[in-house]
Amino acid sequence: MIDALVVPMQQGVFELLLSPLFWILEAWYWLLVQVYHVTGLEMLSPDYRFMYRAILVGLCIGIVAPLIGTFLVHRQLALIGDALAHTAFAGVAVGLFLNAILDLGVSPYLTAVVVAVIAALVIELISEVTDAYNDVSMAIVLSTGFALGSTLISINAGGLSVGIDQYLFGNLSTVSPTNAVILLALFVAIVGTVAVTRNQLLYVTFDETAAAVSGLSVNWYNRILVMLTALVVVGAMQIMGVILVAAMLVVPVAAASQLSRSFTESIYVSIVLAEAAVLLGIGVAYYGRATGGPVIVLVAVGIYVIAVLAGKVRTALTGQTAPSTGRIEVNRAPSTGDKHE
Amino acid sequence: MTRFNGEALSRETAADGEEEEWKEEEWKKEEKKEDSRDAREAIIELDDVAFGYTATPVVENVSLRIDPGEYVAIVGPNGSGKSTLLKLVLGLLRPDRGTARLFSQPAHQFDDGSRIGYVAQHASASKSMPITVREVVKMGRFPHVGFGRLGASDREIVEEAIGTVGMSSFADRRITALSGGQRQRAFIARALAGEADLLVLDEPTVGVDADSVAAFYDLLEALHGQGITIILIEHDLSAVTAHAERAVCLNREIYFDGPTDEFTPENALARTMGATAEPERETT
Repeated sequence: MIDALVVPMQQGVFELLLSPLFWILEAWYWLLVQVYHVTGLEMLSPDYRFMYRAILVGLCIGIVAPLIGTFLVHRQLALIGDALAHTAFAGVAVGLFLNAILDLGVSPYLTAVVVAVIAALVIELISEVTDAYNDVSMAIVLSTGFALGSTLISINAGGLSVGIDQYLFGNLSTVSPTNAVILLALFVAIVGTVAVTRNQLLYVTFDETAAAVSGLSVNWYNRILVMLTALVVVGAMQIMGVILVAAMLVVPVAAASQLSRSFTESIYVSIVLAEAAVLLGIGVAYYGRATGGPVIVLVAVGIYVIAVLAGKVRTALTGQTAPSTGRIEVNRAPSTGDKHE
Repeated sequence: MTRFNGEALSRETAADGEEEEWKEEEWKKEEKKEDSRDAREAIIELDDVAFGYTATPVVENVSLRIDPGEYVAIVGPNGSGKSTLLKLVLGLLRPDRGTARLFSQPAHQFDDGSRIGYVAQHASASKSMPITVREVVKMGRFPHVGFGRLGASDREIVEEAIGTVGMSSFADRRITALSGGQRQRAFIARALAGEADLLVLDEPTVGVDADSVAAFYDLLEALHGQGITIILIEHDLSAVTAHAERAVCLNREIYFDGPTDEFTPENALARTMGATAEPERETT
């Protein structure tokens, strides 16, 4: 445990700032060792610490991806995750390029965060300035990001032999302690921001014009949402890969929409479904010796199909149709009391 | 509310002194009424407003004052600038010329969103969004609580607003599963939960069945009776004349602004709806 504090300090200011999160990582190792002793599951063997980190990252993604995805899907921005994942790929390429040329030793995931956040703001800017629909701005940014990433990698020393597959398809075994801690930091930032701005994000998602009339700065909340999306995408990219990362933003939310009666419930249900997909997916990938990201997505899609069928069955059983018009109780005056809080 | 035309009245010559005296008294009464109205805070004041998305103006020469407690319908054909005028009024657009004031502040700087309830034809969210009537109505309290959470008093106000529009038994229903008329009632409940002074409705009855439309206007009349100022964008002229107190006919410019019972006889309707006659600004 002491090593967890001392070693990061030796590695510089960045690690020093993240040292509390390294301590959490150590605590997580300890917890899973106890689970291993109780269950005897091979994938939780203390010899496979990379699995501990993969599970931690997966569980965090299982919370933040549907949390942000719920707002995106209902704003009909499901594909923005895909666009930002491709720009995050460009960010990874920038990191690899700088490391190869200048020997900076910077984590490609950090450059991916920076580039993805900038790309998120560019998407919003294009929408605001040109009045182009969001899918147009997303298509432009997606193509540009992937083109930039491919170009940088192709001119990098060693060309495509820099192990780019792990970024494209994700890899459970390559989640380093530093990357796991970066993900924890992103997790805290994302959950904290949504906890504070939930009301505003919900209002803007449901009715943008009414939200603007009520005094909210719609453009600012749109920017916050796309920046949070960029952070989720970079975090999830480690195990999901660029190509599949959008699935975690969309599929659990789509499944939850079939089963939930309210917005709040849909957030909780989507998180539960995402966590189920992550844990089952990691387990199946480990024992089936498959790549983690694709298996997680396949499990999530399986859950979605079951949710659709369950939703249909429930509708058939309850027979819910459009209700009849209710009576207007116009004799009851609306509150005219003082403004509250 | 018909604008008082003192100049026209003064030009009229009385046949005898009694009539002249009577007119003088009427003139003073009207002037007094104008003064007292000026002393009150106008909800909306537009002064010679013009706006265009391109070089061609969508609205121009628009001057309009709406006082507290009025029930005003803005009517005009498609493309007449009704929705643009509404956006100018609400501060969502800034005029190219003239001034737009909302609650005595420049409309685009107005920041007390809780005073305005806005009801559109549709919400912008996807139809699959699982959101209940109660959750929608709670949004009315968001300007009051900011980044905080709704307290017990907020929840009480929300339930009261839901009850006021007759939606208590639908509070836990998904709003997308409701009929058009019921959805609009939920949006009005959201405005009531915000304790809005001004209710702005942008063609709220489009796609709503006839029975629901009638119930909807009953609700608006009841709310108006309780002192809420209502601005209604509508192109159903029969609904306007039957329910609103004052009609403002717009087709880029204002062709008529007066009581709805003077609306049709003035022939403003034909001009507003596309005839080529020269615009006549104020009709008394």
